[in-house]
Amino acid sequence: MNKFVFVDCKTVDEALGQMSDGAIVKAGGIDLLDLMKDGIVTPPKLVNIRNISSLQGITAGKDGLHLGPLSTLSEIAAHPEIQKNYTALANAAGHAATPQVRNMATLGGNIMQRPRCWYFRSSEFDCKKKNGASDDCHAHTGENQYHAIMNNETCAMVHPSSTAVPLLAMNAQVELTSKRGKRTVAMSEFYVPPEKSLINETVVQPGELITGVFVPVPEPGTRSAYQKYGEKESFDWPLADAGVVLVMDGTHCRKAWIVLGVAAPTPIRSTAAEAVLTGKTIDEATARAAASAAMKDATPLSQNGFKTQLFQTAIYRTVLLAAGQMQPDPSAIG
Amino acid sequence: MADSPKTTFSRRGFLKGAGVTAATTVIESANALARETKDALHSDRAVGPGSVPVKLHINGHEYSVAIEPRYTLAETLRDNLGLTGTKVVCDRGSCSACTVWIDKTPALACMTLAIDVVGRQITTIEGLSHGDTMHQVQAAFVKHDAMQCGFCTPGMVMSCAALLDRNPNPKLADVKHAVSGNLCRCGTYPKVFAATLDVAQQRRQTAGLVALVTEREA
Ligand SMILES: Cc1cc2nc3c(=O)[nH]c(=O)nc-3n(C[C@H](O)[C@H](O)[C@H](O)COP(=O)(O)OP(=O)(O)OC[C@H]3O[C@@H](n4cnc5c(N)ncnc54)[C@H](O)[C@@H]3O)c2cc1C
Ligand code: FES
Ligand code: FES
Repeated sequence: MNKFVFVDCKTVDEALGQMSDGAIVKAGGIDLLDLMKDGIVTPPKLVNIRNISSLQGITAGKDGLHLGPLSTLSEIAAHPEIQKNYTALANAAGHAATPQVRNMATLGGNIMQRPRCWYFRSSEFDCKKKNGASDDCHAHTGENQYHAIMNNETCAMVHPSSTAVPLLAMNAQVELTSKRGKRTVAMSEFYVPPEKSLINETVVQPGELITGVFVPVPEPGTRSAYQKYGEKESFDWPLADAGVVLVMDGTHCRKAWIVLGVAAPTPIRSTAAEAVLTGKTIDEATARAAASAAMKDATPLSQNGFKTQLFQTAIYRTVLLAAGQMQPDPSAIG
Repeated sequence: MADSPKTTFSRRGFLKGAGVTAATTVIESANALARETKDALHSDRAVGPGSVPVKLHINGHEYSVAIEPRYTLAETLRDNLGLTGTKVVCDRGSCSACTVWIDKTPALACMTLAIDVVGRQITTIEGLSHGDTMHQVQAAFVKHDAMQCGFCTPGMVMSCAALLDRNPNPKLADVKHAVSGNLCRCGTYPKVFAATLDVAQQRRQTAGLVALVTEREA
């Protein structure tokens, strides 16, 4: 790890005042230290926001769910109100990474973590994302079994944030604060696809801090679920994960949001799958039809065709789980 | 703690063609910045990049140690304080061998900066036993032969002991969940589960006996 100056901040203002000259914010530190140990980022200064009390805490009330960006994944997973009314979010937080990581990792850091791609994360490889000279995405011609199967033409990285999947399906909003003031960005606008920028993965600008995440109150009849699939059952990075939010009238689906993690370089909604379910009775056949619609436009690479299959299973089973017609899948990552 | 030889390459990529000299200059200018702002509000909080004297609370003792901000808790425990019970295997958060408790919560010492735990209570595997008397979970690991090479064992014990503290009546699924991040390449899992469930059973019996005696005496 490179040498750096460390500033422990107690207030948002203090942190904003320190965020210049290449300084990087540290929350739980899990992703940041990982990148620093491999020399992928070499900040001269770390601004520690971990102890800013105004960025901690969860409140769930009539006006929705307010999550401090320092809420840990463990806190989100264990919150009774989130388990009850924002089930997919509790499940996503509770099934990300390992128990120890969940105790340390924060929500802000989880949605801001850098993408997964072993070429990006290895200092041995030059690539466009690192401002490198090489014009190719190494994943296109190299080892790509874990890479994106959709929107992967420019860069085939995947964003692994488990919590971003339900947050996108629940129309969450992210509050950003800088010295210039505050702005709110919808989760649907939060991630920047590689076609727009290879360097910025999110709309968060230098000098901006995530100071809150807000999830609106679910409509009456809302049910949600999230499941994640990987190579192991105990803990693993996702190979396919699905977040499903349904507004139900008995078995009739009035509205549907289906979000896929690690299918594309950013978490994406599948409007094709949503269209199949909207206005229909949810049963095995409609769930399967939604799953295949979601994968219609997939463009898998040489080694990751299996993800197309895995996503169909994930979507099909998670739609039925959300609808209350199937038990949680024991082969999903628990 | 020398810089890894690989960093030169990626730094070059990251800093748009600037060499190591430029990277060093950035660090020095940040250092100068920290010095300049010394009198400003709260700037006394800016420390490093050189060694900083800190006090760490570990296993009920206070240790005074000089650390650079980039030292992880695992490195500080092992290399600076000689507390080598905490093992480092992956050094990337993926195996949980380095599990310690930070304020009683299991956390990864390899992904924690030592400077970040000033003021927190750290418990390592050395802090579980009392002198030569093993912690119940350690004793149960011996009884059930729950280790082979032993590399994952300190982390495994820390996870299981924390589970029993927060849930005195765990089911098999709870134990599996508690160690779901602790990788054991020797495959000792069934014995780890048995040892942990055994301690829960022993504690229930002791609690039962205590209740019985108290009831009789009352
Ligand atoms: C073994 C393992 C398995 C994993 N599996 C999963 C998984 O299945 N699903 C999943 O989602 N994740 C997984 N992860 C990743 C892990 O969840 C993330 O690294 C973690 O959530 C990052 O949060 P943090 O608080 O530690 O962030 P940090 O490392 O502190 O920060 C990450 C980034 O976010 C920025 N940042 C943090 N907070 C803010 C803020 N408030 N405002 C602006 N910027 C901010 C930082 O500057 C940094 O660039 C896994 C990690 C490991 C080690
Ligand atoms: S050594 Fe810390 S998690 Fe592997
Ligand atoms: S006993 Fe060898 S790794 Fe667990």
